[in-house]
Amino acid sequence: MLSFVVRRLLATVLVLVAASFVVYNLTANYGDPLADLKGSKAPNRQELIDQRIEMLNLNEPSIVRYVYWLGGAAKCLIGQCDLGQSYIRGNQPVTEALASAAGSTIQLITVSTIVAIVFGVAVGMITALRQYSGFDYTVTFFTFVLYSLPVFWVAVLLKEFGAIRFNDFMANPAIPWWGYAIVGLIFGVTLMSIVGGPSRTRLLSFGIGAVASVGILLVLVLTGWFQRPTVGIIGILITGAAITVVVSLLSTGLKNRRALMAAGATVVVWAALWQPLQFLFFYVPQYWVLLVLAIVAIGIGVLSGMVFGRDDKRELARTAAIVSVLTYLVVVVDRVLLVFPDYTQRIPLKNGIIATIGATTPGLRGDIWFQMLDSFAHLLLPTIALTLISFAAYTRYARSSLLEVMNLDYVRTARAKGLTERTVIMRHAFRNAMIPIATIVALDIGALIGGAVITEEVFAWQGMGQLFVQGLDHTDVNLVMGFFLLTGVVAVIFNILADIVYAALDPRIRVS
Amino acid sequence: MARTDRTQTPLGAGTGATGAMPGELGVEERELTIEQRQTAGLSQGAIIRRRFFRHRAAMIALAVLIILIVFSFSSVGTVIGGTGRLAVNAEGILAPNGWRVPGWWDKDWYTTYGQLNPGGAPTWVLPFNFGEFPFGQDTLGKDIFARVMRGMQQSLTVMFIVGIVSTVFGIVIGAVSGFFRGWVDSILMRFTDVVIIVPIIVLGAILGRIFGGNAIVLGLFLGIISWPGMARLVRGEFLGLREREFVDAARVAGASSTRIIFKHILPNAVGVIIVNATLLMSAAILIETSLSYLGFGIQAPDVSLGQIISEYKEAFRTRPWLFWWPGLFIVVIALCINFVGDGLRDAFDPRQKRIPRRNRRRFFGLGRTSIAGGTGTAVGTSITDKPVADPVTRPKKDTQ
Repeated sequence: MLSFVVRRLLATVLVLVAASFVVYNLTANYGDPLADLKGSKAPNRQELIDQRIEMLNLNEPSIVRYVYWLGGAAKCLIGQCDLGQSYIRGNQPVTEALASAAGSTIQLITVSTIVAIVFGVAVGMITALRQYSGFDYTVTFFTFVLYSLPVFWVAVLLKEFGAIRFNDFMANPAIPWWGYAIVGLIFGVTLMSIVGGPSRTRLLSFGIGAVASVGILLVLVLTGWFQRPTVGIIGILITGAAITVVVSLLSTGLKNRRALMAAGATVVVWAALWQPLQFLFFYVPQYWVLLVLAIVAIGIGVLSGMVFGRDDKRELARTAAIVSVLTYLVVVVDRVLLVFPDYTQRIPLKNGIIATIGATTPGLRGDIWFQMLDSFAHLLLPTIALTLISFAAYTRYARSSLLEVMNLDYVRTARAKGLTERTVIMRHAFRNAMIPIATIVALDIGALIGGAVITEEVFAWQGMGQLFVQGLDHTDVNLVMGFFLLTGVVAVIFNILADIVYAALDPRIRVS
Repeated sequence: MARTDRTQTPLGAGTGATGAMPGELGVEERELTIEQRQTAGLSQGAIIRRRFFRHRAAMIALAVLIILIVFSFSSVGTVIGGTGRLAVNAEGILAPNGWRVPGWWDKDWYTTYGQLNPGGAPTWVLPFNFGEFPFGQDTLGKDIFARVMRGMQQSLTVMFIVGIVSTVFGIVIGAVSGFFRGWVDSILMRFTDVVIIVPIIVLGAILGRIFGGNAIVLGLFLGIISWPGMARLVRGEFLGLREREFVDAARVAGASSTRIIFKHILPNAVGVIIVNATLLMSAAILIETSLSYLGFGIQAPDVSLGQIISEYKEAFRTRPWLFWWPGLFIVVIALCINFVGDGLRDAFDPRQKRIPRRNRRRFFGLGRTSIAGGTGTAVGTSITDKPVADPVTRPKKDTQ
């Protein structure tokens, strides 16, 4: 194992050096880093030009400059990175520029990656289980469409319909009758095709889906929820109950009463803690408190599982912990929404909260709840844009992977043993189907640090992609090389990680 | 290995019972015989052809694609050679340099015309009254229909060239690497790693600056840097296929390495290659439009679909037609290519033994489909902002 990692690392160091040589020389000879000064009318023009030539060693050929750069980069191995300075960013050291850009890129991609994986895998699995159904064909068609969408086009559409028109809607949320009809129809048909079964079940699930969705929408509109969204203790209890049912359905089945009780108990605990937590949130509004509470949430779940479980303590603890963490998230959302009215008063957009550019509202001050709502408002659109396109790929992966596994002998054996369909799918098929997905995810995350150039461009997000385009636009070689080095190293590390993960998950594969 | 049960007999040499998997249980044997009856007496190639021609979605997509190609090239004509820049020609008119082939549409993409409708709104009245400017005009009075058609030409040209060039490169490098293994393999694969890690946008930017709007050159260079995914895939196929009995038989019979590679192994890998080529092409059109959108690909005064959107992106509220048409055609082209690829994948899939009957409703892709293929997108910058994970790079091939 160790020798595998060492060998891979050595090989990739050579690859990185060769590739960086190519990139350096291409970038250096691509444009003129003095272009802005040559065009300037400043009296000390010549002086500035000389200064920059001095700083960037422009009198040397690019190959020599590359050697200098490589020398500085090699110091990273002993912890003293020197990647030069970026002239376009006021001679800021490249390492600093990278740190801030990477932070903002991570913020942008984390949520969209998680959402895309969760939804993509879920939808892909359902299409695989309902293969050749109308649902399968529809989803397949839509994934193909999503896969063919250019992101810059989607992003502009999202800005128009997701932000401007949606904000208009939020200001005056009147839904015509056909709006309700369409919503009911969509949810009804979706639920019907997911549940499947004989025509009576289908009709029933269609009815439930349609009535429930229209009912919820109606309640939200009538209570003015869109103008002033809140969750409240009742909301926590209702969403908690829904989470309990869904999670237990997937993990232990609804017949397991003790699992339901264990999961439900955590919801009750959070509902009881809700009032005292408001004081905690008010007096200690810190991010570490949220983190500690998340750990507490897991603890509550595990404890509840231990109390209710007999010989199935582990399963119950797992189920209850998932429910507990999700309910905790609802509690946090509830707290964040408390600042909603105040927030809408203080941002420039008076009639809606969804922002179209940037990562934060400039000059906005407030506690962490404010900041969280603010970043949510800014993150929403770019996250949707990024999610839409990677969602399609994950759906296809999950679908093909599960279909492949469902045909294998051990699934047939599991069925023959008389296990329930849920156990066969979740325990036997799903876990094995996730092995290839896990490695794809690892590779994706490694590649994502490079940022989404176009999404960042459209939404004016100061991330890695922007940094790179900026450097390339102005022939700021140090900036481009800094970007290249960071993304290259991260990609390589995640590549190796993907191999190791694969070997760890699949005992048939040996890393050597 | 997932693919070891691929085509068992060389293409064309197969009899009716193709690809019957070893170890099938008795339950399926009867089903198999029914399936065999359908394909009895047909060569492997004929079976694949039939499957593909009966894949309705793929056929529709192919028809749409051909119509688009013919329409875009015949309507505004094209320019052969040249850099895409404008120059004053012999008659004293501003025109792109290079040899201009006229089309049946009387407007072109670089001349400004007078504004017909207020704001340049489209003159197309549904359903069939097209008027002078069916897609409208921009603020300068340029004809959007002509621009979109020219942009489509450019994007299609880049797409096909990338597909061909990267497939050829990928096949040669992957085949040599997978067939000879050893140090040749190591060197070629490290070389592949180097190419895959250089951001596509760097090369695109430089080439865009040097060659301006020439789609052929842009396509050539994009093709030269997008082959790594294909090479890895072909290598993986070759690693598996070279251990087969028919390769041993050929070797014993005294066939040369070249002959074994091209006559014996390559026909067996052709399905995977063709499918991946279509994926490469659909990725290529998105990469080209994205590069042009960022201003690094095809540059004004020549047009590409991405460049049109980039030029008019601020005008969405006031002149939505400037924005809808180019985007729509990008989506349609990429969608068609994806469906054709899906049809091909189904046709080549050895596990699907039946030819779909004409009346059966089989619209979309079935079975094991992994849509995101290896598209040599750069490691760091995902230009199309899509996950660039390459299923071929999964450790299966490298670490066993």
